Amino acid sequence: MRNALGSVDTVLLLGGRSEIGLAIVERLVRRGARRVVLAARDATASMKDGGGTAPVDDLERLGAEVHVLDFDAARPETHAALIEEAAAKVGDLDVVIPAFGVLGSQAVYDADPVAAARDVAVNFGGHVSIGLAAARRLREQGHGTLVVLSSVAGVRVRKANFVYGSAKAGLDGFAQGLADALHGSGARVVVVRPGFVIGRMTRGMTPAPMSVTAAEVADAVVESLDTRKVIVWVPARLRLAFAVMLLLPRPLWRRLPR
Amino acid sequence: MMLLTGWGRTAPTRATVARPRTAEEAAALVAKAGRRGVVARGLGRAYGDAAQNAGGLVLDCTALEPSWRVDSTGLVTASAGVSLHDLMTALVPRGWFVPVTPGTRYVTVGGAVAADVHGKNHHVDSSFGAHLRSLRLLTADGSVRTLEPGDDLFWATVGGMGLTGVIVEATFQCVPIETAWMRVDVERTRDLDQTLETMAATDDGHRYTVAWIDLLARGGRMGRGVLTRGDHAAPGDLPARARGNPLAFAPRPLLSAPPWAPGGLLNRATVRAFNAAWYGKAPATPRRIAQGVAPFFHPLDGVDGWNRMYGPRGFVQYQFVVPLGAEDTLRRVVERLSGAGVVSFLTVLKRFGAGTPGMLSFPMPGWTLALDIPAGQSGLAAMLTEFDGWVAAAGGRLYLAKDSRMSATTMAATYLRLGEWREIRRRADPDGVFVSDLARRLRLC
Repeated sequence: MRNALGSVDTVLLLGGRSEIGLAIVERLVRRGARRVVLAARDATASMKDGGGTAPVDDLERLGAEVHVLDFDAARPETHAALIEEAAAKVGDLDVVIPAFGVLGSQAVYDADPVAAARDVAVNFGGHVSIGLAAARRLREQGHGTLVVLSSVAGVRVRKANFVYGSAKAGLDGFAQGLADALHGSGARVVVVRPGFVIGRMTRGMTPAPMSVTAAEVADAVVESLDTRKVIVWVPARLRLAFAVMLLLPRPLWRRLPR
Repeated sequence: MMLLTGWGRTAPTRATVARPRTAEEAAALVAKAGRRGVVARGLGRAYGDAAQNAGGLVLDCTALEPSWRVDSTGLVTASAGVSLHDLMTALVPRGWFVPVTPGTRYVTVGGAVAADVHGKNHHVDSSFGAHLRSLRLLTADGSVRTLEPGDDLFWATVGGMGLTGVIVEATFQCVPIETAWMRVDVERTRDLDQTLETMAATDDGHRYTVAWIDLLARGGRMGRGVLTRGDHAAPGDLPARARGNPLAFAPRPLLSAPPWAPGGLLNRATVRAFNAAWYGKAPATPRRIAQGVAPFFHPLDGVDGWNRMYGPRGFVQYQFVVPLGAEDTLRRVVERLSGAGVVSFLTVLKRFGAGTPGMLSFPMPGWTLALDIPAGQSGLAAMLTEFDGWVAAAGGRLYLAKDSRMSATTMAATYLRLGEWREIRRRADPDGVFVSDLARRLRLC
């Protein structure tokens, strides 16, 4: 259960190796979370229950009991069962964080439409099925938070990465709709819109203006748990920047270098 | 379906709320509670999540056979849903006073038993459970059992936070009074040492005592406060205007808090101003006054919905007890709070006497300090967690009816009879039908 000062007991991270996801989990554990489920592809083979790999060890050192589950974002038919399995391990799910995703290059997608569709299926479809399955559980238990990692890439889609951006746009709309659908249920959705995140996923790319680190995104997410915000911009000033960008005439927007 | 919170208005969760009017209706509801279980709720004055049950069923017991009776010796039998306000309104004019009242009259008898509430007379009269003669408890099997102080389940229920069943009725002994007034000595103290010394030295001469502490005072004035000691007044103590009808008692709220208040209204500046005025108003040498029962025991009941004044983020109440001899722990907490400039609107210090055999009952002989703190203050969570450690190390504990944030680890380390309580509860409720958000958070069951 979440306590009066925003500390939680249980966390489920989907995409259990995600840099942002693990940064959020680490902060929640430091603030008192004691039971964690890391769900990732081939997790039980490579991040076995009780240790071996760094994230599990790190979280256990901080005092958490860590469980590991196999999870494939591209197989929506397994998602409802996974949520139930996580709840069977740790009880009520206080915070659920789907943090999986792939960032392919637009040039590759242009040449390989099948790869584009496959990645959209993960970045959008996978989040829809896991989000709905999680929402059902949160609604039943009458409390809990679903953290949806959207992106400014979906706020106004750019030609430089419009496949990725359009999946994020879909996800952002889905998450807002779900937030409204869950209003009054005791459960809530936080839609996180980071700017360019410097990290493993963007290695080799030149950071955009107002870029952030995974740690900064995680700080903002954890802080939002104490508030009633639905949308969290990281950094916060991106909100204003995008209010302007949404107004840019298309010929200008089209000419943006990236 | 409703979103419920405790009095602190933090951490809302959703539950189905039903309002049984009879024990039979309550039994039928318990029987089909479902896998998220059920818990009884009274007037929602527990500050945290004690009367919330996320995703499950909450029984609003305020309509449960609302009746009571009193015999010629002051023995009262009341339905669990009757409030102390209703009881006092009826009993005080007849010359009887409830054996224990917390800082508000707006608690139900069932809630008073479930939290084993204490009041300003704890050092003399212990807590509510000490005055109980019997209880009727609706248990998970649908039967209503009559329990007496010789029964294990009785003492698992007193202070048991509603997790052994639905309290249906309680019988307890009231005390005779001659007037609805209190003879009160008010005195201010220079610092914490003087507050503690004066309380320890003079408590026993009075039935009711409490100290208000100015937590924002620092340095040599740290822990200064206003000491209030009272006893039920005799007719001769009353002001002339009250002598004609000395047992008259009809309190009602004087003010109502606005339905919405911005966060930050109770900030360091406003609380400092209030504290200075309150402290300044109190006499430096003891002064005796006559005061009505309501303003003496329940000053905050004068403002309807005062919890809304803390704004949308709500507030937490932190109340701990440390045993006698652990005054250093108390001093460390006050020093730390005062040094950090923590805003606590009402800080109250009290010396406890003997506890009851209630396994999860809070009071023990020692010092208890209660704080009201707006939930938004930065660094608050970490500071209170640090205090938890000090309190646990001193052999103390936190009050479950007030708690909304301690960890399951702190709970297990400070309530040493938790294992025994779990065992008795397991026998009475093998399927774990009775459950609350508090029980989940603290892993009680």
